[in-house]
Amino acid sequence: MKTNKLSWMIAFVLLALMFAGLYVLEQTLPPTTMLFTILKKSVIYALIAVSMNLLNGFTGLFSLGQAGFMVVGAYTFAILTIPVQHRAMVYQYYDGGIVQFALPAALGILAAGAVAAVFAFLVGLPVLRLKSDYLAIATLGFAEIIRAFIQYEGLGPLTNGSNLLRRFPTFTGIIPPFAIVAFCIFIIVMLIHSTYGRALKAIRDDETAAEAMGINLFFHKQLSFVISSFFAGVAGALLAMYQGSIQAASFKSSMTYEILLIVVIGGMGSISGSILASFLFIASSEWWLRFLDNELFIGTFKVPLLRSGFRVVVFSVIIMAVVLFYRRGIMGDREFNLRFLTRGRSKAKERKNG
Amino acid sequence: MAEKMLELQDITMQFGGVVAVNNLSMHIDQGEIVALIGPNGAGKTTAFNCVTGMYRPTNGQVKFEGKVIVANYPQGKMKSMYAGENKGKYKHEVAPTPDKITRMGIARTFQNIRLFKTQTAFENVLIATHLHRTSNPFTATFRLNYKEERQMRELALSMLEMVGLQDSKDELATSLPYGKQRRLEIARALATKPKLLLLDEPAAGMNPQETHELGQFIVDIKNRFNLTVFLIEHHMDLVMDISERIYVIDFGKLIATGSPDEIRENQDVISAYLGVDEE
Ligand SMILES: Nc1ncnc2c1ncn2[C@@H]1O[C@H](COP(=O)(O)OP(=O)(O)OP(=O)(O)O)[C@@H](O)[C@H]1O
Ligand SMILES: [Mg+2]
Repeated sequence: MKTNKLSWMIAFVLLALMFAGLYVLEQTLPPTTMLFTILKKSVIYALIAVSMNLLNGFTGLFSLGQAGFMVVGAYTFAILTIPVQHRAMVYQYYDGGIVQFALPAALGILAAGAVAAVFAFLVGLPVLRLKSDYLAIATLGFAEIIRAFIQYEGLGPLTNGSNLLRRFPTFTGIIPPFAIVAFCIFIIVMLIHSTYGRALKAIRDDETAAEAMGINLFFHKQLSFVISSFFAGVAGALLAMYQGSIQAASFKSSMTYEILLIVVIGGMGSISGSILASFLFIASSEWWLRFLDNELFIGTFKVPLLRSGFRVVVFSVIIMAVVLFYRRGIMGDREFNLRFLTRGRSKAKERKNG
Repeated sequence: MAEKMLELQDITMQFGGVVAVNNLSMHIDQGEIVALIGPNGAGKTTAFNCVTGMYRPTNGQVKFEGKVIVANYPQGKMKSMYAGENKGKYKHEVAPTPDKITRMGIARTFQNIRLFKTQTAFENVLIATHLHRTSNPFTATFRLNYKEERQMRELALSMLEMVGLQDSKDELATSLPYGKQRRLEIARALATKPKLLLLDEPAAGMNPQETHELGQFIVDIKNRFNLTVFLIEHHMDLVMDISERIYVIDFGKLIATGSPDEIRENQDVISAYLGVDEE
């Protein structure tokens, strides 16, 4: 119990240091720096990956609906927060749309999570009573249908059809997305360490035994699915804020696969793995490997292979290597912990006693 | 005066064309230790699974403390396929999920040990205290249930101490030696606070010394927690030692019932077991 409290304290100190570091960066670097773009996107992906891990890694339910719940969240946020004076312009083909009020961004983010959670509840109702395999199919189907549905002309006054939604609030700095994501992940970690989290892990390990210990499978699976989708919805809202404009067509199922890949690379059942993998994944796909897409001459020598598209090839190879050689991901199902900082102390104590 | 704790009435379980349990009727009184024995494949585990809700029997009903908790009659394609007896005697269906039955006060262990493999011994037992929670996901996440959480941990720890596993509490459950895993399963079942404990071959894989100790342990916990015990076991020494009554089944059918002494002498039982190796 004591070491547990200590590691929480260390985590909080590190978190405070991180925010201090971000603040310093923001004060010193120009706001257009690539680093900020990457960090913002990474931290949002970290939330999506952790929410997916709650379901796939901690509950053992295989779902492919993350992009679907994100698009629900993104649209809920956008529809509810576009300032009234901009609506005529955004909804130019639909007479300014039917929603004629605007919520503050914070409420919009909460609503994004809530609406995604309601959709998850409805999808889970019939599906989660069946064997787990059906969930992947149902959620994938849901993601495709909801995307098409949003673009449906008849819903134009609400969703703007297949046109962009824009002019909603965006981030003013790098601190807000980090703060929101840190808070959300904190809640997920607390849930996982609660008695409900233990029940979820029991279901993952052995459904039959879990049920024999009095754990209602349907209720707990539904719980995990709804909470996971709530945070996917929140992440959708954050992604909208990050991008500045959204379009349903861009929330493809390839987005879900990308996130699944992050979860697998980080390690199923490891929160810190998912976070770490999100930053590595976004940084290497959008930044570190960029140079591979540009032709490069050293003197008159043209470096072979470097051309537009080569980045994707290299990236795929790296991912294949990770999946092949670290089959259980970077972290397995362990967490990054700072025991090594406290170990010296307890060893010393042992020596004194022994 | 002895109240019937558990009662199986005409339980038949048919898988396709195979009748695994055939018209089995039996009862267990409050406070008894009753054994169910029979050769391999006789249908013992299947009978357990019908009581705990893991299987839905094809016909018959199960009563617990006088209340029908499981009931069924041949339906669907079983209407024509049904090869058992007492067709038409039962007309309603009661099919709770296993977790509901556990919450009524029936806990079990598994023949092929089923511990939560990524969890420590302590966590395995702790999970079994979840069913009596009063917290909801919100209060649990924000630790408003810290008092209850502490009680859960104390209960889990005391169960581990009772089976003598307190020193292994932080070890991965599946890394424990076989005998300890069996005892851990019992501790986990007890943490659900059952009235009736079903043990499916708890002594499997144990040597005679361990088996003897397990027998004493079962009697011990029965008295301490005021339990009723329903036991499946192949170790005859253990069965004869601790059971008050024994039911014997072969090919799903009841072939004998009585006290250990009566069963020892029963000709049907002897011939059913003849040529069948005792493990
Ligand atoms: N789910 C199932 N589907 C089909 N047949 C089954 C199923 N479960 C059990 N059976 C069959 O029912 C019969 C009885 O099996 P059961 O496991 O109940 O025997 P048992 O008495 O527990 O044997 P053992 O002593 O080996 O544990 C066997 O023929 C088995 O193949
Ligand atoms: Mg068996």
